[in-house]
Amino acid sequence: MDRALDGWLLAAALRAPESVRTLDADGWTALLAIARAEQMIGTLAWRLDGVAMPPGVARILTDARASAEQGRVIALWEAEAARRALAPLGVPVVLLKGTAFVAADLHAGQGRSIGDLDILVPRETLGAVEAALLGAGWEWVKPDPYDDAYYRQWMHELPPLIHRDRDRMIDVHHTILPRTARITPDAVALLSDAVEVAPGLWTLSPADMIVHAAAHLFADGDLAGGMRNLWDVDQFCREFALNDRHFCLSVYERAWEHGLLAAVKRAFRLCHQLYGTPVVGYTTPITIDLSPRLSDRAYLRRVTARDGWGRATRPFTRQAFYIRSHWLRMPPPMLARHLWIKWRQGGAGPASG
Amino acid sequence: MRHHFAVRIGPVGFRIGSDWRAPIAQLESLYAAYPKPYDGVPDFTVRLFAARPWRRFARAAVMIGGDYVLPEAAPLPLAQGLLAAEMGMNLQMALGQRRYLLLHAAVVERDGQALILTGVSGAGKSTLAALLSLRGWRLMGDEFALLDPETGLIHAFPRLISLKNASIATVAAEVPEDRFGPLLEGTPKGSIRHVVPDATAVAAMDAPARPALILFPSFGFEAAARDVSPSEVFVRLTQASTNYVAIGERGFDALTALVNSVPARAVDYPDTASAIAQVEAAWTAR
Repeated sequence: MDRALDGWLLAAALRAPESVRTLDADGWTALLAIARAEQMIGTLAWRLDGVAMPPGVARILTDARASAEQGRVIALWEAEAARRALAPLGVPVVLLKGTAFVAADLHAGQGRSIGDLDILVPRETLGAVEAALLGAGWEWVKPDPYDDAYYRQWMHELPPLIHRDRDRMIDVHHTILPRTARITPDAVALLSDAVEVAPGLWTLSPADMIVHAAAHLFADGDLAGGMRNLWDVDQFCREFALNDRHFCLSVYERAWEHGLLAAVKRAFRLCHQLYGTPVVGYTTPITIDLSPRLSDRAYLRRVTARDGWGRATRPFTRQAFYIRSHWLRMPPPMLARHLWIKWRQGGAGPASG
Repeated sequence: MRHHFAVRIGPVGFRIGSDWRAPIAQLESLYAAYPKPYDGVPDFTVRLFAARPWRRFARAAVMIGGDYVLPEAAPLPLAQGLLAAEMGMNLQMALGQRRYLLLHAAVVERDGQALILTGVSGAGKSTLAALLSLRGWRLMGDEFALLDPETGLIHAFPRLISLKNASIATVAAEVPEDRFGPLLEGTPKGSIRHVVPDATAVAAMDAPARPALILFPSFGFEAAARDVSPSEVFVRLTQASTNYVAIGERGFDALTALVNSVPARAVDYPDTASAIAQVEAAWTAR
């Protein structure tokens, strides 16, 4: 095998499913391990449906599809539980991330692994929403007073809650970036343009979904889960562009309004290089140049940092992006204080292993 | 990884990678009679690795990783590397298996029919399964019963039998020394010694069996037996399953069918001789 055993192996399989025909047993083993580590094995299973493969692999991918299907059922049920809890408040439940994609029946939701339930509500309703969820069986997770206060004062979401019977977490957002970040997206616009996908359940508008994915990756996070988030963006671009030739332009305009144009352009450039996403640049009415930048290489190096055993690789690149994520999230004095407190508690550092 | 080994146990393929040679050498020796994963592609990956590069040599401590892991799992000393590998395999099954409903149980088979032994840790499942396998029963596994929701059949998962503390001597009195792995002392569960399942168990591991009887053994009581109601069996088995919730409706249907079609008895026993006799009696009376 002469191909690299890192995230590019998974990207190639997702981008061109027929390319897996040339994989040998070790290639398949590495592909499955990387897909699992990136929580994309269900996505891979969907994508490779109908492609010839060894029966031993087909068995594993059939299980992965069944597992993702069960995950979809559970995610939708959790969304329904939140809708019921919040219905008396008259607050629309705007679903974010994976649950939104399956609720809206989008391609990005096919086989997608879904963890917590993420919802967006108007900031002024946070208190009432919190009380309603506590009354409906959700409980606090964060026992640490510093963490709790930090969330409430500075984050874009409440401290996470977990349901005492169903053991599922809910993250209640009031916007899509921390309040400490230098960029302030327009949370009111996110809510006012939301789309109702089922009675009482909403998602962000198509353009805002991409803006949110890009914000999550480049303005907030350390690019953990980057392959999956970029795949979401790829699938949005392909699906939404079917009905709107200038979908990319709508996304740029929207991203500019939120102050996230740079993040969206970065997401589009990386998507194109990783998955061959058909994104388009513009010269008028705005100038959008999507030709690859030198810095994209560092991002792709981080995003594809896995080996054939599913291990996180390239520790220095990871550490650099981890530091960058905190730098973007907080002003320097606050960052210093935060890292000091976290260091004393024996935490802080990118996930390893 | 530096050293690795692949094996198929029943229908499930594993690959185990390690920063150290010793645990891999032990696995190669103990699983010598087992086949490789289907098509050379394992279902699950287990990684045994040093927390820091220098910890491969100095104060070597084995961290357990893989496709699915529990973040709080503590490292084990290198001398217990084999236990770490077995724990890693069990973890992948417990957290990642979705094809079969997993029941924490030992299973033995006779005439194509399966006897399921389930109960809390220390109830004597492994010991009983090992001893029954010396008395005309085929060992299907001592840790997990794999219930196939499609067919209602139990699939074999005859990994190494894990004996703890006093049961090591009990079984050693009957099983030849060359089927034993190294004695692992001072583990989180006391002393542990693994036994290689016999040749029949390995040769027939692809043959599933129809469940015929569920027993709940309890060690350390006066000999007694009672029927267990289907509702109690259902609740006890949901608690004994690591993936019942994750499998969803398929798991509920499979477990309901099992509980409705198979009789169940609770068996208290003071010693192994009594236990074997009680198991045989329950089997005849089922």
